[in-house]
Amino acid sequence: MSYWRAVLLVAGKDLRIELRSREQVVSLLFFALLVLVVFNFAFDFTVIDFVTLGPGVLWVAFIFSGVLAINRSFQNEREQERIQGILLAPIDRSAFYLGKVAATVLFMTAIEAILVPIAVVMFNFRFSGRIALTILALALNTVGFAAVGTLFSAMTTRTRRGDLLLPLLLFPAAVPVALAAVKTTTHLLAGRPFERYASWIALSAAYDLIFLAAAVLLFDYVLEE
Amino acid sequence: MTGPQTRRTDTHLLGWIEPALWVAVALLVPFCLHVIFRVVPTEGKMGVVQRIFYFHVPSAFAGFLGVGLCALCSALYLWKRQRRYDLVAHASAEIAVVFFTIVLLTGPIWARPVWGVWWTGEVRLTSTLVLWLMYAGYLILRRSAENPEQEARWGAVLGIVGALDLPIIYKSVEWWRGLHPKVLKVSGGQGLDPIMERGLLLCSVTFIVLFALLLLLRCRAGVLEDELDALTRHLARRGAGAEPA
Repeated sequence: MSYWRAVLLVAGKDLRIELRSREQVVSLLFFALLVLVVFNFAFDFTVIDFVTLGPGVLWVAFIFSGVLAINRSFQNEREQERIQGILLAPIDRSAFYLGKVAATVLFMTAIEAILVPIAVVMFNFRFSGRIALTILALALNTVGFAAVGTLFSAMTTRTRRGDLLLPLLLFPAAVPVALAAVKTTTHLLAGRPFERYASWIALSAAYDLIFLAAAVLLFDYVLEE
Repeated sequence: MTGPQTRRTDTHLLGWIEPALWVAVALLVPFCLHVIFRVVPTEGKMGVVQRIFYFHVPSAFAGFLGVGLCALCSALYLWKRQRRYDLVAHASAEIAVVFFTIVLLTGPIWARPVWGVWWTGEVRLTSTLVLWLMYAGYLILRRSAENPEQEARWGAVLGIVGALDLPIIYKSVEWWRGLHPKVLKVSGGQGLDPIMERGLLLCSVTFIVLFALLLLLRCRAGVLEDELDALTRHLARRGAGAEPA
């Protein structure tokens, strides 16, 4: 079996499980919506400009729901020791990792795709920025977050305090992504010229490359029995 | 027969080095305190609070040394799979967290009178706090592992990921904003008064010697823990074999 086919199979398996139950995306979406509602109460957006606070609010919602998604990412494998089956399968372990990252990115993207329009309506914001660049910025930062999160989650799901431990490890490590995401989104929403935030997009891309490469190399050691 | 009960453990890892470090620390620490409080001049603008600098900066040096050593030994562990690399990585991370705690406590004490705030979202402050959080997470992860082998492997993975993340965190927060004083010439400052510079150098050496001593003691404690585990297992096995209760 070719490497990329294995990646697709792992991602496809997770998506199929999700499509059959729709358990995860629905609960994540409600959670993310609640975060938006709480912020909507906490700040008076008729007074505060959405451009200054909105990107932070949005990314808090994305990142919090992302942690929940990543936390559950290995849940299926953990139950009844199904992970043994994956370890025995004749595929590269890094392919398993990349498949998991792909599935998580898809879940997070689904949440973001639903949440952004809702936020635009909820906070009465008129978006006039560049849509393609916004999607690119969202995608780059989502991939970076999922890449590091999936690596950590493969360790933390096998501990007793896993769901608490994951954010503890992931949030500090994901500071660059969180920062780049908020900065890029702010510039984009304000409709500023590309040069102003090009370096932030470059940072997100560099982060993605470095950590995907490191995780592919290190994942074998994480799963080793 | 080489069962654990007949092997005598030599607890002194490096022979004469440990007593030498004890002597060095015993001499250097009082001398340092003398220099900090009696010899170096009081800084003109900030006053006496500036003396905290001689604890703050050397602690940061020792902390960074710990983080670097942890990353290096983590990589060596994954490569060679020798317990001693893991011992050093774990010990350095623990000591780095201690020194960074000192950095994060002395910083605000200085900042309050000088900047007028305890804390600000500034680059060095933020990146140091993130670093502290990351290595505190490292220690928690290690405690949550199921067995020593898994603990060592996971620790090593996190030690490497953390080290890769450090420069990125630093860069990203630097683009954000920065107002931490750059005193030393190497970091783009104007440099210090010669007496102050020598004072800082002395304190830095002292803290690094202290770091080495703590590292040695912590590694020795680790070796003893391993030994104790082996003995406990051995006794449990023997007990189970002799009298099947």
